[in-house]
Order: sequence, then C-alpha cells, then structure tokens
Amino acid sequence: MLIPHPLLGLRDSQEFTYLGDASLMNRPDPASPSAEAEFCDYVFLRDNPAGVHRELWFHEQGDRSWLVVTRNTLTHEILGAELARTLPVRGAE
Amino acid sequence: MTRLNGGLIDRTTPLSFSFNGKSYQGFKGDTLASALLANGVQLVGRSFKYHRPRGIFTSGSEEPNALVTLHNGARSEPNTRATVTELFDGLQATSQNHIGPLERDLLAINDRLAPLFAAGFYYKTFMWPRAFWEKLYEPLIRKAAGLGALSTLPDPATYDKGFLHCDLLVIGGGAAGLVAALTAGRAGASVILADEDFRFGGRLLAESDLLDDSWPSEWVDRTCAELASLPNVRLMPRTTVFGTYDHGIFGAVERVSDHLPPSDEAVRQTLWRITAKRSVLATGAIERHIPFQDNDRPGIMLAGAIRAYVNRWASAPTRNADDPVAIFTNGDDGHRTALDLLGKGVPVLGVIDTRPDAPVFGRYKVFAGATVTGTKGRLGLQAIQIRQNGQATWLEAGALGVAGGWNPNVHLASHHRGRPVWDEGRLAFLPPSDGPKGMFPAGAAAGNGATGVAFADGMRAAQQALTELGMTARNIPLPHVTDTPNAQAPYWHVPTTKRAWVDFQNDVTVKDIALAHKENMRPVEHLKRWTTLGMATDQGKTANISALAVMAELTGATIPETGTTIFRPPYTGVTLSVLGGGDTGRHFRPYRLTPTHAWAKAQGATFTEVGPWMRAQYFPRDGESHWRQTVDREVQSVRKDAGLCDVTTLGKIDVQGPDAAEFLNRIYANTMATLKVGMVRYGLMLREDGHLFDDGTCARLAEDHFVVTTTTANAGAVYRHLEFAHQCLWPDLDVQMISTTDAWAQIAVAGPKSRQLLQRIVDSFDLSNEAFPFMACAALSVCGGLRARLFRISFSGELAYEIAVPARYGHALIERLMTLGADLGVTPYGTEALAVLRIEKGHAAGAELNGQTTAQMLGLGKMVSAKKDSIGAVMSRREGLAQDGRHLVGLLPLEPQSQIPAGSHLFTRGVAQTMQTDQGWVTSSCYSPHVGSYIALGYLENGHDRLGEVITAANPLEGQSFVAKVVSAHLVDPEGGRLRD
Repeated sequence: MLIPHPLLGLRDSQEFTYLGDASLMNRPDPASPSAEAEFCDYVFLRDNPAGVHRELWFHEQGDRSWLVVTRNTLTHEILGAELARTLPVRGAE
Repeated sequence: MTRLNGGLIDRTTPLSFSFNGKSYQGFKGDTLASALLANGVQLVGRSFKYHRPRGIFTSGSEEPNALVTLHNGARSEPNTRATVTELFDGLQATSQNHIGPLERDLLAINDRLAPLFAAGFYYKTFMWPRAFWEKLYEPLIRKAAGLGALSTLPDPATYDKGFLHCDLLVIGGGAAGLVAALTAGRAGASVILADEDFRFGGRLLAESDLLDDSWPSEWVDRTCAELASLPNVRLMPRTTVFGTYDHGIFGAVERVSDHLPPSDEAVRQTLWRITAKRSVLATGAIERHIPFQDNDRPGIMLAGAIRAYVNRWASAPTRNADDPVAIFTNGDDGHRTALDLLGKGVPVLGVIDTRPDAPVFGRYKVFAGATVTGTKGRLGLQAIQIRQNGQATWLEAGALGVAGGWNPNVHLASHHRGRPVWDEGRLAFLPPSDGPKGMFPAGAAAGNGATGVAFADGMRAAQQALTELGMTARNIPLPHVTDTPNAQAPYWHVPTTKRAWVDFQNDVTVKDIALAHKENMRPVEHLKRWTTLGMATDQGKTANISALAVMAELTGATIPETGTTIFRPPYTGVTLSVLGGGDTGRHFRPYRLTPTHAWAKAQGATFTEVGPWMRAQYFPRDGESHWRQTVDREVQSVRKDAGLCDVTTLGKIDVQGPDAAEFLNRIYANTMATLKVGMVRYGLMLREDGHLFDDGTCARLAEDHFVVTTTTANAGAVYRHLEFAHQCLWPDLDVQMISTTDAWAQIAVAGPKSRQLLQRIVDSFDLSNEAFPFMACAALSVCGGLRARLFRISFSGELAYEIAVPARYGHALIERLMTLGADLGVTPYGTEALAVLRIEKGHAAGAELNGQTTAQMLGLGKMVSAKKDSIGAVMSRREGLAQDGRHLVGLLPLEPQSQIPAGSHLFTRGVAQTMQTDQGWVTSSCYSPHVGSYIALGYLENGHDRLGEVITAANPLEGQSFVAKVVSAHLVDPEGGRLRD
C-alpha cells in the first residue's frame, strides 16, 4: 500500500508501523466518576468496520509522525491521511 | 529426430543436455520441451494420482504435465515446467513421480484401481480407523501421490531483491504489450515491459502470418531494438509479474541466470517490487482443450502449442517425422495449426471439426461435425477414433492437437476480488470492470486476440493510461495483418462412459465432476475441494473453465451462473528462496554490534543474541573449562573489585522541552516532575491496561532535559509509545524527543573499586559520596576533554556507575578503563554475569516484566502515584489487578546444587498439582556464587507473607519436582548499603 503522507507525499506502507483504531486518541478523562468504565471501553472495545476506518499509523522508518489514515478496509482504498498532532483530541488536562 | 526447417533457434550453437540420464542435442533458443520433441521424446512424466504416462501438453507456463526435476543435490529444482525451461549446455533433467523406469512405473497399478480413487476418495476412504491416518494412510498416500521431491538441503543459490518505479508497467510482451510499450515509450513515459518468456513477442513468435511484408519475429526484433534504445523504457525478459497488490504495486520475479549453468557467483533470481502509476495487462490467453475419452496420452497437445513448436522451435510433435498429426477443434483456430504443419512439411491426418458446416482453408481433410471418441498408445499416441455421422473409425496418428478456444489471462486483474465477466460472444471470461485501479487490459487478455485487433488495443490502452497521467501519446504506425478473429461454436466435451480428463495435473475427469454434482458438491468452491480440480503447480490454467462448462451442462445452468474461481497470487509458482530475496540465514536480520564488540571479540568473548544485538555473554580465560566457572569468576570480581559491562543496548531517549517534566509525569507511573536536576530516578511505565510495560532510569540533566532509559527489548516500543503519547494524546505539551541509543556508548562500571577506577579518568570531577551520591548524574568530561555522561546507578547491587561517551569512543574507553584498572583487578563481564548479579539482587528484568505482571506483583505497587494521572494508572486500580496477591520472592532449593528451571510452577507442599492449586511460577534462575547455591526468582501467591515456608516447584514437562524455601527476592545486601557507600 502507498500512504499519502501530508508532508512527504506517497510513502510505502512498509515504512510504517500500524497501531489501530484512531479512537485511541480519545483518551478518557481520568477524573471522571466513571473513569474505570470509560477506560475499559477505551482500552478493550473497538469497532472493526468492514469499510471506511480511521486508523493510526506511525512513520517509524521515516519522519516519526503519527498519522490518522482513513482507509476502506474492504478495498484498501486510502481516502486521506492527516498528522495526528494537528487534530483536536480529548486529552487529559 | 523430428526437427523441421526454420524456427527461431540458433543452429550454430548446439547444446547437449540429458533427460533421465540419456544425452540429447538441442540448440540455443530451445526450451527443454521443444528440444525433447525435436528428439522425438513424447513421454516425459507420470500423472499425479493414476500414474498415467504423460507428455508435453502446452508451450508455456500453463503446463500441467511436463514437470521435471532440474539439476541434482542441493540445487535440484523439482516441478520445473519443461515448457519454459530455457535450454543450456549440460542441463540435466529427470522425470518425477514414478518407481522404476519412467516407461514401466510400478505405481501404474493405481490406474487399474482407478474406481477407488474417484472424486472425494480421500474423504471417504481414510475415515476409519482414525489411528491409521498418521501412521499408515498419510505416509503411503504421500509416497504414491505427489510430484517432485525437495532435496531438503539448504539452497546454495544466490537471490536478490529490488524496487522499481514507473509511469506504466506493461505486463506481457506480445502484440498488444509491445505496441503499448512503444506507444508510451515514444510519448516519453517511464515504461517497464515485463514478459515471462526469454524472448519478447508472445504468440507472434508462434504464428506464421506476415506483418506488413515481414515475418512476425522481424517486426518484434525491430520493435524491441527501438524500445531498448529509449532511455525511459526498461525491458525485462524472463520476468513473471506474479501478483497485483494495492495501489499499483506488483510483485515480479526475474530469472536472472536460470538459463545458464548453475554458479555460486551469479544471482539466480531477483524479486522485484514494482510500483506503477498505471499498468497495461497484456498477458495474452491460454488455449483450452476439449475433454474426450483417453485424451491424456503423450502426443495429445493443445493445437496452439503444436503451432508454437512448429513455427518457433521447428519441432514436430510426433515421435517419427512421417507420423501424421490430427487436429480436433471447435473453431477456425485449429485449422491454422493444420496449415502451418503442412507449410512445414509435416503430414496432416486431417481436422476433426465439431461444426457440421466446418470450413476448409487448405489441402487437408476435414471431418465436419465429427468428434474424437478414443485413443490408443500407452506410452505415446498411436491411433485415434473419429466419430462422424454415427460411424466410428480408427486412424493412425502420431500426435493430436486440440483447439477448444482461448481463455484470456485475467488472473492479475482478479487479484483484488474482482470477478471475471463471461462474454457469450467470445465464449470467454474477460477481466472484471471493477479490477485493480489503473489497470488497462488489452489484446488477447481482454478478449481481443486477433493480431491486428491486439495491436490497436495495445495502443488504445497505453494512450488511455497516459491520458490519466496528463500525458499525450500519439498514434504509432501499426503493421498490416491478415488474420481474422477466431470463429468457433461452443463445444465443451465429448460425452463418454469412460474417463475423459479435464485437469491433467490432478487427474480430474468429467466423471469426477459428474460425481461431485451427484454428491451435491456443486458450487465451484466445493467442486474444487472435492475433486482437487485446479490445484497444485498449474492451478488449473488449462482446466478450470472447461470444468466450469461441464458443471454448467450438468446443472443446466449457464457458465456465469455456475461461477468462476477467485484468482490469487502468485500467477505461477514462486520459490520461497526468492521471496526471501537473499535475506536468508545470517542475512535474515542483520546483527547490531555494540561499540566494544571488536574489543570483546579480541578478548575471546562468547557472544549471544539479545533482541537485534550481539552482546558479550562471558569472557573465558585460559584454564577455564566450563562457562559457569567463567561466569562465577566474573560475578565474584564485581562483588569484590570492579567489573565492566557494555550496556549500550539499553534504549536511551533524550526528552527535552519546557513541558518535559510534565510529559514524563504522565508517562511514568511514579512521579518524575519532582526529580532534582543532577539526579536519577527508577521509573515504571504501565500500559494503558494497567500492566507493567517497561522499567528503567530517568535522569534529569537540566530543568528541561531528561534522559530516559528502557530495556534493550523495548527500546523501539517505548520510543513509539512516547511519540504516540505526545502526538496523539497531548500535542499541546511543548516537548521533543529523539532516540539516542546508537549515539552513546554506555559502560557499566560496577563494584567496590569502581569509584577509585573512575577517579582516574574524570577531568577534575569530585566523585566523593557527598558530591556525587547514589542516583546522581552529571554531564562532564573524561580522559582529557572527552564529553561524557555519568550516572551513579546500580543493577548489580554494588557501588556502581554507568558512563556514556560518544559511541565512537566506546572502544577506546573500555581499553583505557582496563589499562588503568589493572591494579584494581578490573574484569570485563558479560550478560550471564549481569543476569546473575541482578537475580542475586532481586532486580526485575524481561522475565519479570512479561506483559502479564503488575507493579504490585513486583512489590512496587506504591510507586503508582495516586496523586496524578499517568498512562495505565486508572486501569491499574481495577479490582482484578489491585487485589492480585502474587508477589515476587526469592527461592532457595533445599538441595543447593539443583537448578529450578525458569517456568516451573509453584505449589503448596504436599498438595495435588492442578490448575486450581497453582500458586505461581519461577521467572528467573541461576547459580549464585555469592549464596553458594542455585537461586531463583518467582511470583508466589501471597508471597510476602510466606517467607520461610518450604514449597514445591514443579516442572511437569520433564517430570521434575524441587523443594525450595521462600526467601526475600533481595539475596544480596537487602538494605542497599553497598549502593550508597
């Protein structure tokens, strides 16, 4: 597969390490009263769609950017790639 | 001899070769198959199941029968298709799958037992008794049924791999492919033209129709010469594009030197990964046959293959020059073979045409509305039975060509699940419309096989592809041709009550398909598995469509309703060696060497693999006869004097920025923000699920500058994790990090005399306990100006330091330390002693942090700060983990000289050993010279409250059982006084 890196253009997927569902960016608020249940969902429960999927790829053999790649899991068509660090996240403050 | 005149062979270069030990002559340009045919050899192998005599059936890579073993010994190459094996001088080939001589195979008895081996016999016959399967049935079947055998020796050949990029990849160098490549090449596009054959031209080389006024091969030569002159075109003969992958990536194997005598130097094959913006699929078509009774005899071939042997290789398909050749066809194409045979002076028995209104194109006999209904000649065709107007006649024939129409080679267009589409007009499956993006089928592969149509189609495909890339490709002049599309009438098989083969390689007959139908194995997927149709080396290239048609006839459905198979890579067999691309053995994963590797080697060290690294394991001295002796000495030297160990392999991550402290506070379970500048703290990292991830030290060199160390194994994973935490979770934090593992050589200097030794290399730096206490760190200079970092940390439990210098000075530093420390008894130690020292001290390593353990189990539960958030903190407090009562303890076997193997399970003494009574397990184990006994570490249920208890450690795999006393994990200096002196 070829991944359209926002800074470096088309790069071979062999240069990347795959992590998984981009929902891993939505780390729950540890101060929430239901934090344990929310973390349980966050850590263990993932959607596994047959179709369009937003997922995290690390350009390990490249510029070390984490990308959010939108990929159709049925056709491997890649609909876009964004730098994770430029996206809004629900981080713990 | 049946060698004819003409052909594209070089008669000035004769080559000798052997088949089954007998010597023959061929010429440069021959394949093994064409050379065998020219020598009158028809019989070349035995069939898979029935051991029927078999001959050459095709002239290409679709060959089901003519599989031979090339070479011998370690280089022997089983299941090689004689039809694509380029002849070279000294080639040695042997036939396969027979016991005794090929002509009198003892296993031919299977043919008499054929009723036993009908479709599904495997599933039906070997059901009972179950115990017979592994010991009796399977070995017997494997011996009797099968093709060539592997040598089982390591492959001595050399392989390579490479990467290519282009605008347009043209797959197949026949009429359509050559024109496509030339159209795109003249337009300035970067073009790769790949063909599996050693000579470009495809079917053009097999035909006799003139192109303009010249022979097809002359036009091919001119075109190839122009292509070769274009700097933007790369010609790749002997290259099979075997798979279509995502986003325009193709896998290809180039047979670099398979056409030469084997050599140790030359690369045999190269694996290419080709990334193409667009591609033209010009893979041509494969002829299909028409099953009839006893249609598998040597001498019965595809009619198009006979044409190729006659025109390109000047080889007649018969054993004797005056044996007549017959043609069985359902269309005009079979007649072309008859005409070409006549043109070469080969006697033609006639053309048996299934069409009642069969045309006549020349001076040969036509049997209109006739079929072939039987054959004779066990080791080679002798006679055929022709049925016409209800009359059956036997006529003598030395060979029979069968022409049933052409199947486009749609494989590469279907590797992405696109289903081929049936075209009733062409009687063929065409490439799917939803095939791989950017792929343009052309020529025979697209059902446009007539030469003139293929030329135009190749140009059209290249122009369309280049238009999509914003390039303009002008028309090129195409040669004038006379041939016309093949007129044919559907005719799929000649009904018989006896056996008519559909799939030669797997011995699948029309009867087998009928049986599968009767037993309700009707979907093509079931048909394939029940009958083994379309399996093995040829993947049914000459069988699948015919089988589908037979099944359609039996079910009364149309062919498209009956289905088609999904094609998967590889198109033809690819050796595993070339997939390795030369990265085998030692080259599979290169070792990483530490800065002191060469020095350690010179000291006679033994090395061990640690992750990707080679590390010194121990340093034997003269007179030491056992590794334990060496390791005990190294351990004792560290505890008594001083030792040196290269610890460069531990991961080092430089973390800098105004928010570095806050960032690390969220990474480590314990607090890092409060760490003072110039100090080091031990830290635990958890995974988000609350389990231990990694441990190591964190040194604060400045307010905004930290050095994080990781275990050797997790150096990459921790770095990835840190970047994830920063970029994906907390991008607002102003922090940057980089891995500096390779930048610094780091050497542990451990033992009571370590301070004394270091004092001799530091440049005016106060190492006293007051100025540089336990867990201090500093940037300093050593040896007269060399920048360095010093950490007062200890893995061994002794007074110890780790000193880091730029990696290129690592070798010099250890030499300097050894020289300056000679009078102090300084000793190098390896990973074995390192492990003994840390087990004696009760420090955790990989075996204790195995992904299933927690801080609490290590006895470090209190380190997980409740005052702040960190990765894994929330989940570490969930009930199941927080209440885990297993603790790390030390174990002393009551029998001091017996080693408790790591992995042993712990039980309360005297209790039955079951899953329910399991109390934990042993993580690490070694001999401790300090204790004078074997020792071990392990996780034990409620371990902290059981010190002094005698328990059982069991290794049921080996039937071992040990009695051991539970002690503190810290067997050396539990109070830690030595560290702090």
